Amino acid sequence: MKFIEQIGSYIIRFTKELGSILLLVLSTLKQLFIPPFEMKSVLKQMIEVGIKSLPVVLITAVFTGMVLALQSYTGFRRFGAEAMVGSVVALSMTRELGPVLTALIVAGRAGAAMAAELGTMRVTEQIDALETLAANPVKYLVVPRFLAGLFMLPALAIVTDIVGILGGYAVTVGLLGTSSTIYWKRTWDYLDMEDIYNGIVKACFFGAAIALVSCYKGFYSEGGAEGVGKATTSAVVLSSMTILISDYFLTAWLFK
Amino acid sequence: MIEVVDLYKSFGPKQVLRGVNLFIDKGESMVVIGGSGSGKSVLIKNIIGLLRPDSGNVLVDGRDITGLNEKGLYEVRKKFGMLFQSAALFDSLSVWENVAFFLMRERGMKEKEAKEVAVDKLKMVGLAGVENLMPSELSGGMKKRVGLARAIAYEPEILLYDEPTTGLDPIMADAINDLIVELRERLSVTSVTITHDMHSAYKIADRMAMLYLGEIIETGSPDEIRNTQNPIVRQFITGSAVGPIKIEV
Repeated sequence: MKFIEQIGSYIIRFTKELGSILLLVLSTLKQLFIPPFEMKSVLKQMIEVGIKSLPVVLITAVFTGMVLALQSYTGFRRFGAEAMVGSVVALSMTRELGPVLTALIVAGRAGAAMAAELGTMRVTEQIDALETLAANPVKYLVVPRFLAGLFMLPALAIVTDIVGILGGYAVTVGLLGTSSTIYWKRTWDYLDMEDIYNGIVKACFFGAAIALVSCYKGFYSEGGAEGVGKATTSAVVLSSMTILISDYFLTAWLFK
Repeated sequence: MIEVVDLYKSFGPKQVLRGVNLFIDKGESMVVIGGSGSGKSVLIKNIIGLLRPDSGNVLVDGRDITGLNEKGLYEVRKKFGMLFQSAALFDSLSVWENVAFFLMRERGMKEKEAKEVAVDKLKMVGLAGVENLMPSELSGGMKKRVGLARAIAYEPEILLYDEPTTGLDPIMADAINDLIVELRERLSVTSVTITHDMHSAYKIADRMAMLYLGEIIETGSPDEIRNTQNPIVRQFITGSAVGPIKIEV
């Protein structure tokens, strides 16, 4: 009996949480279209999410491209297909690694910051203070972060795509001595606009999801410093899980 | 004018408010006293609609706010200013931006003008030259003053004070008390204060009410409260560990 009770309480908790997230999503979408628009906050969050994530994203992208080239070169040499390295790097980066790696980095950097900031504002009554000053906290806090995630993640993913392909080029051409013409020809031969486009759609979804999950966790945190810490941790964990799981379904749906 | 009618509020199995009735007249300074965990904060948060009661009503100028939707609630809140226990200043904004927050967002005031008003309000609470600092650079007493300036910046009709003197040294606490009295005289606002600091309560109250176990057990003028025969109130105002109120361990 105890076991069944336990399962029941998990299900109830899960459903409750899902419901609360859904309500936050709906409220965010509604506030998105009601003036005043917080342009200053949106810009600030875009810099926070986009510009400030750039150094880590660049390093990750270039090394991912390089290791991809190195690994696929080693593999392909065994059956004499070294020339295909360019295609592998380009397709892997645009379809999968660009959006997913970028999203995981942003979840760890910006998502954690969002949860910690909103959590601190909650436990120090700043969110209550917003309410008393007739400012809707979803509009003031969540909407700018949502927009920043939605627009900056695809931008970062495109940067990752390009830098990753350049990293692959550096290794393949510079280190392994394949001709530059072949690398670029193979890159463009098998790369469709659809690959890039669908990667961007994924990135948009991940960006929105990171912002909403992290804001949700911060927004409803309680119990002082410990609560904020927990909210931050679970924001990163839940964002990363959402990214990886939804990635499969998005891929299955987008690349039919 | 605020009227609290038969207010109930629970959190899970814990009943915090069990039928609170309270009337606060226009221009009056009401101080609600009570021990930690008596439900004071929950009461004040119900009055401004930050929490919704399980049952009962809160009437602000005759209008019941408990059934209002989000939009209506924000409209009513414009009548209120609230000073939070820990001041709750927005730490991403400078001092003057905190004070001018409502003016710029809700009244659409231009930055330059709003800053002038903010500096003016800061002077009213005895602060000068701090407008460009960040909240993290201020002491506890200064934060409360800025919080107060933010609450009065848009000249609300009702001011709520959540433990205004808690966490301050006795001299700073008294300065805040003086400020509250002075503001009431100058702005003729209605105010509700919750506190367990009796010194402060006597100083700022026109009338006092004691909240105990989720109910108002006594209401009266400071003198009436001081001379009460109710053993629970007596124990509380004299600050004795011995008496009918049991300390929860």
